[in-house]
Amino acid sequence: MKQYGGVIKPKTKRAKRFLDNRAPKLTENVKNAMIMKGGNTSMTVTQALKDIYALKKPSAVLYKKKNITRPFEDSTSLEFFSKKTDSSLFLFGSHNKKRPNNLIFGRLFDFHVLDMIELGIEKYNSLSDIKSSKCPEGTKPMLVFAGDAFDHENEHKCLKSLLTDFFRGPVVPSVRLAGLEHVLHFTALEGKIYMRSYRSLLKKSGCRTPRIELEEIGPSFDFILRRTHLASDDLYKTAHKQPKALKPKKKKNISHDTFGTKFGRLHMQKQDLAKLQTRKMKGLRKRRGPAAAAVVAGETSLKTTEVE
Amino acid sequence: MAACSIEDLLAKAEQDEAEKLKSITVQKELDLEFDIGNLVAYDKNRIDIRQFREQKKEDFLRSLARDNTQLLVNEIWKHPTERVEEVIVVKLPEPTTPLPREKPPPKPRPPTKWEEFAKLKGIQKKKKTNLVWDDVAKNELHRLRNIARAQKIKVPGVGLTPTAQQSKTDLARAVNVAKSSTASAGKFQDRLPKEKAPRNTGKKRKFQPVIGNFSNEKQRQLDLLKVLDSKKPRLDVNKAVNKQMREDDREESAAKFKKGGKKGRKGGNFSGKGKGGGGKGKGRAGGKGQGPPSGKKGAGKPGKR
Repeated sequence: MKQYGGVIKPKTKRAKRFLDNRAPKLTENVKNAMIMKGGNTSMTVTQALKDIYALKKPSAVLYKKKNITRPFEDSTSLEFFSKKTDSSLFLFGSHNKKRPNNLIFGRLFDFHVLDMIELGIEKYNSLSDIKSSKCPEGTKPMLVFAGDAFDHENEHKCLKSLLTDFFRGPVVPSVRLAGLEHVLHFTALEGKIYMRSYRSLLKKSGCRTPRIELEEIGPSFDFILRRTHLASDDLYKTAHKQPKALKPKKKKNISHDTFGTKFGRLHMQKQDLAKLQTRKMKGLRKRRGPAAAAVVAGETSLKTTEVE
Repeated sequence: MAACSIEDLLAKAEQDEAEKLKSITVQKELDLEFDIGNLVAYDKNRIDIRQFREQKKEDFLRSLARDNTQLLVNEIWKHPTERVEEVIVVKLPEPTTPLPREKPPPKPRPPTKWEEFAKLKGIQKKKKTNLVWDDVAKNELHRLRNIARAQKIKVPGVGLTPTAQQSKTDLARAVNVAKSSTASAGKFQDRLPKEKAPRNTGKKRKFQPVIGNFSNEKQRQLDLLKVLDSKKPRLDVNKAVNKQMREDDREESAAKFKKGGKKGRKGGNFSGKGKGGGGKGKGRAGGKGQGPPSGKKGAGKPGKR
């Protein structure tokens, strides 16, 4: 019997299924995001939250009420909310004089804050500002990160990982080729991060691979990196640990060489080489009787003549 | 001359290829890194800041995005595709970027009481083979049913029809039935040398204890006398009516079945069953409805007095 560590012990099958869905698993569910507002928000921030909710639907919850907390100081209410809605990503929007139009992207591990990054919105165009036909909800977007800052700087690396986690959607084994419509492009340049969202049109080219034309649709942000809160290295290590069962099973007796040839190894029992079945050559068989004796005598006489 | 023309041909072919691929090739200093499992591309090239300032910001970003997306799509198209329900899908590999988990990996659940006991005793799980439909037995069953219908006798039970594989219990049951189906109910049948007489067959009768509840015994004897005394027949009208109706329905369905004959045999089977069931239900309800009024003699019109 599984131990349900929480307060609730399920009494119906439906409740048991619900709790099993939320329990730790080998392959996990899509990460849910909770989008919430702080004590004071501006029009820009509320609109931005709504747009990102539209991008992240259906695996996101948008809270309407204001929550008077400061994530960088006290994260207990965030953790409480995440337990209630089983979300491991959050987006907290706020606005004050010191940090205008502030968005905090963050993620949790085991319902405790893992890392969070604060981005300030400098320029913002919402979904409704840009008039064009939009992608359907729930399309898996293609993500592109441009700029060497994403490779060299620690905070940018963390931001890259966080944004990938946030926007990637469910992990699928295959994708419809015609359905690769949505592209999110992040550029890191001069301390700023530009986020643009395009719809990709697959045009005919001479060969099988189509030519891409882009059309801007979704929200476009000009972010500036503010505070960050990163986890310690060993917490990151624990969070990234994959269970052993997921590792691909190694098949024994199979090896590959440098050219990619697959070698297999067969194990046989010990063979008596004297009794091996080979091709029979009649001429080489041992002869019996007077014929054999004559041959032997002839040989010995030859030897004696030589000695002399 | 021939060699020249071949070279020309090759050069021309290359040129054609290059033109074809022109629309999808992108020139970059450093190649991009891809994680196709997540549909992500990482562009590590340095961005020319001067160009960024000269051009309009949006146009620069858009052209950069277009180039990067083109390279990502080229990479995606290199993967194997398959056709699933009139749609072409590309099979994605496993995602390569290490991303943190949501929750820690699950702990192995503790073994249950039975599992512990089984481990202690060394009991292994035995797989039960699935029951397979036995064609030989089916034929045999149908043959016996036909014979029964022709001669209007009952079909023998499940275990008595010979099947390919008969278990010990089936054989034992068959032997017992065969033995007791004699005129003297198997009392004088010979037995094998070591065979034991089955002592748990026969109708079970329960007798009251000799000296028990005196009042109960008195009451029972008095009831018996009362029944013997009364002149009314001991007939349950309801039961009798239902029995009669059932008999009528059965005769009716048998007659209809015979009418159906060879043509409607398959359909007739179902209809016979359905009609018989419906008829039975209707008959019973009707019988019940009619029962009480017929029982009560003067309760027809209570209003009028």
